[in-house]
Amino acid sequence: MSRQSNRATDSKKMNSELFTLTYGALVTQLCKDYENDEEVNKQLDKMGYNIGVRLIEDFLARSSVGRCHDFRETADVIAKVAFKMYLGVTPSVTNWNPAGDEFSLILESNPLVDFVELPDNHSNLVYSSLLCGVLRGALEMVQMAVDVRFAQDTLRGDSVTEIRMKFIKRIEENLPAGDE
Amino acid sequence: MADEALFQFLHSEIIQYVNSAESGESENGRCVSKLESMGFRVGQGLIESRHISVCRFTKDTPRFKDELDVMKFICKDFWTSVFKKQIDNLRTNHQGIYVLQDNKFHLLTQLSAGKQYLEHAPKFLAFTCGLVRGALSNLGVKSIVTAEVSVMPACKFQVMIQKM
Repeated sequence: MSRQSNRATDSKKMNSELFTLTYGALVTQLCKDYENDEEVNKQLDKMGYNIGVRLIEDFLARSSVGRCHDFRETADVIAKVAFKMYLGVTPSVTNWNPAGDEFSLILESNPLVDFVELPDNHSNLVYSSLLCGVLRGALEMVQMAVDVRFAQDTLRGDSVTEIRMKFIKRIEENLPAGDE
Repeated sequence: MADEALFQFLHSEIIQYVNSAESGESENGRCVSKLESMGFRVGQGLIESRHISVCRFTKDTPRFKDELDVMKFICKDFWTSVFKKQIDNLRTNHQGIYVLQDNKFHLLTQLSAGKQYLEHAPKFLAFTCGLVRGALSNLGVKSIVTAEVSVMPACKFQVMIQKM
């Protein structure tokens, strides 16, 4: 049975150039539509959020991962299962803060930026902002409010790409109004 | 390797975005042409990045023999590398018009398998029309690509070659 499910996920693999180039076309379009980089970042993050909200269902259905018991487990699932499944890379999880509610994902390579060079006049553009939105949206659907941002980016000359994630709070299940 | 779910979500998010940026009935055409031009750029890029494999594909004949040869490449290799299947039917009038039929078009399968949402189908095809036009353009063929759907998820892409 496990072999079968393996095959099902294998068959979902696709031409990643298509994804990378399409993402590039989107960013290019956004840069044309908005004057300012901050607005582009915000729009990418918003679109990522919308994707994340839907992607989590696909992920839970295909990965058979259950509820995470703590943030460390969440970090592991994101890095080892989710990134692997959707982008084909496995970031490393490091830089935990003492409280254990903040960590970094280190990406040696970022599939989103394969053919990308940032022109000088876009110094505030966070090219892969979409990823932040995806992570935030997906985690929100499993009752976790998190803050996600890029701390380092190879596009800006850093040696690795670092995504910093901070746990904010558990989102309580919303009871219908008037239901005690 | 990326996962196809990711591309599908991104694609529909792009449609959503372009649509909301160009709201209003009269802007529908502009929305479609914006999606088309994004697809065009991606199609060009795909051929560029695939250039080596295109060369390998055409190893025996240094260039494509003729237009039909290019179209066959689009139907087989290009379509497989993008949508993981071949075009189901290719027809031509031998005067520069080609009709590529896909009986189960990847980007429509999630949407519907009937007449429901038929009015939204053009938005889901515009990007791919551009994709084909961009690919052809980088293979030296100038064209106009349109698409039509009668029953989802089957659709036909019509390629009109522009004589230079």
